[in-house]
Amino acid sequence: MTDLQRTSLFGAHVAAGAKIVPFAGWEMPVEYKGVRAEHLAVRSTCGLFDVSHMGQIDVTGHGAREFLQSILTNDITRIGPGQAQYTLLSDDNGGVIDDLLAYALLDRFLLVVNASNIAPCVERVTSLAPDGVTVINRSPDVAMLALQGPTWARALTPIASPEPFSLPYMEATEATVAGVACLVARTGYTGEPGVEIMCPAEAAPAIWDALMTVAEAPVPAGLAARDTLRLEVGYPLYGNELGHDRSPISAGLKWACDLKHGGFPGAERMQREAAEGTSDRMVAIVLTEKGIPRGGCAVMADGQQVGTVTSGTFSPSLGVGAALAYVSPDHAHVGAKLSIDVRGKEKSAEVTSLPMVDTSPRKEHHS
Amino acid sequence: MSDETYPGDLHYHPEHDWVRVDGDEATFGVTWFAQDALGEVVYYDPPAVGDSVTAGQSYGELESVKAVSDIIAPACGEVIAVNDAVSDTPELVNNDPYGAGWLIKVRLSTASELGALMDEPAYRQYLAGLAG
Repeated sequence: MTDLQRTSLFGAHVAAGAKIVPFAGWEMPVEYKGVRAEHLAVRSTCGLFDVSHMGQIDVTGHGAREFLQSILTNDITRIGPGQAQYTLLSDDNGGVIDDLLAYALLDRFLLVVNASNIAPCVERVTSLAPDGVTVINRSPDVAMLALQGPTWARALTPIASPEPFSLPYMEATEATVAGVACLVARTGYTGEPGVEIMCPAEAAPAIWDALMTVAEAPVPAGLAARDTLRLEVGYPLYGNELGHDRSPISAGLKWACDLKHGGFPGAERMQREAAEGTSDRMVAIVLTEKGIPRGGCAVMADGQQVGTVTSGTFSPSLGVGAALAYVSPDHAHVGAKLSIDVRGKEKSAEVTSLPMVDTSPRKEHHS
Repeated sequence: MSDETYPGDLHYHPEHDWVRVDGDEATFGVTWFAQDALGEVVYYDPPAVGDSVTAGQSYGELESVKAVSDIIAPACGEVIAVNDAVSDTPELVNNDPYGAGWLIKVRLSTASELGALMDEPAYRQYLAGLAG
C-alpha cells in the first residue's frame, strides 16, 4: 500500500472533528458533524469543501489553444480570458480519460482534473503536446477550496478583494482572499451557486480559518456531502458514470462535445452515436418506496433487467433513495416506471428529471 | 449524536449488537460503537413480526448515506415487535441507541445461548482490542 497524502488543510479537518478516509491516494474528510446536515447546509446556506486533492495542469506556449482544441471534446475557442468550460479528455476510441474544467487565463490554459486521474491526464496531454507547448503538473503546489451554497458571497465578501460576487457563472478572476493571492472561479460540483478558490497549498489554512470566523461562516462539508449533492443534480462522477468503456454521448454530455467540428480523438464514434442513438442512456431515478439503491444494483422493468445503477444513495434533500443509472432507451423517459433490485428486494422506482432539486439562481442571497 | 456509553445491564455480541433480557423476552439493538461506525442512519429495513431470528445471523439492515450494515441477532427467537419509530425516524439509532433506538423485541427460544455473549466490561475490553 502506498503512503497516503495529506492536503495542507488536514489539521483543520481534524480540528473540526472530521472523520478521515482514504480517497484516491489522499486522506480526506468524508464528513464532520454528519453528511445530511452538511448537504442541507449547502442547499440552504453554504458549505466549505477541501478539494485540494484535485489536479491542476498548466498548458502554455504558442499553439496551446489549437493543441487543446485537438484533444478536448468541447470547443475551447468559445472561451476567452477569464472563462471556464466543462470538457472531456477522450481516448482514441471515444472513451473518457477524464472530465474536467478548462480555464482560459491571460497567460496560460489551466486544466482542473479529478484527483484519481492526475497521472493519466498529465501523461496523455504531455504525450500529444507539439513542440512549443509546455505541460506542467502543478497539482502538488495548489490547494483548492470550494465554497458552495446560496449565501456564499456573504461568507466571502468580508475577506475578499475585489468583491467577487458580480463574477458571472463559469468565469474566474484573480482576487485576494484573507491576504492570499488566489484564482477565484464561479464553478462547483454541487449545483448550487458558489466559488472554487485556488491558492498556493501552504496558504490554504489561512483562507479556511478566515472563512470560519466570518459572521455567516460556511459549514465544513466532506466528500460524502459532495457526492450526494452532485448526484441530486445529475453531475456524472468519473469511475461511476464515466470511463473508458463508454463515450460521453450516452451520459448526456453531447452539449460538451463539439460534434460539428470534430477532430478530437473518438469524435467519429460520438458523431455516430449522436446520430444513431446509444444502447443505453444515463437517467436519474428515485425510489417511490423506502430503500436505498447502490451502485451495481439491477434496474428492472416487467421482470427483465433494463439497466444498472452507477451511483445510488439516500437523497438528503428529497428524503428518498435516488440513483443515476444507465437504462435502455425504451425506459429512459421521465416518468418511466421501473424497479431496482436492492439486494434481492425489488423496490419500485421512477425516472425523474434533472436536477432532482431546485437550484435556480433566485435562491442566491448576496446581501 | 449521543455520547459513548455501554450500559451495564446489557449483553453484547461481537458484531456490536446488544440484548436486554426481560424474562423469556428480549430487546435487540446496536451499540454506540456500531452507530458511530455507520454514521447517520437514514434507513431501517426490519424483519416482520413472527419471523424467526438466529443468533449470529442477519435479521435486518441499517443504512447510512454511504453504507449498508447487516444487523446481527445476538440470540435466537421469534420477532414479537418491531420498532416502527425507527423506520420513520432512523436517526433514533444514533441519538438513543439503547432507548428509543431499539430495533426489535423477540421471544427467546433458548436463554442458555446468552452465556456466549459479553458483559459490559468484556465488551469494552473487546473494543479496546479492536482499536489495537
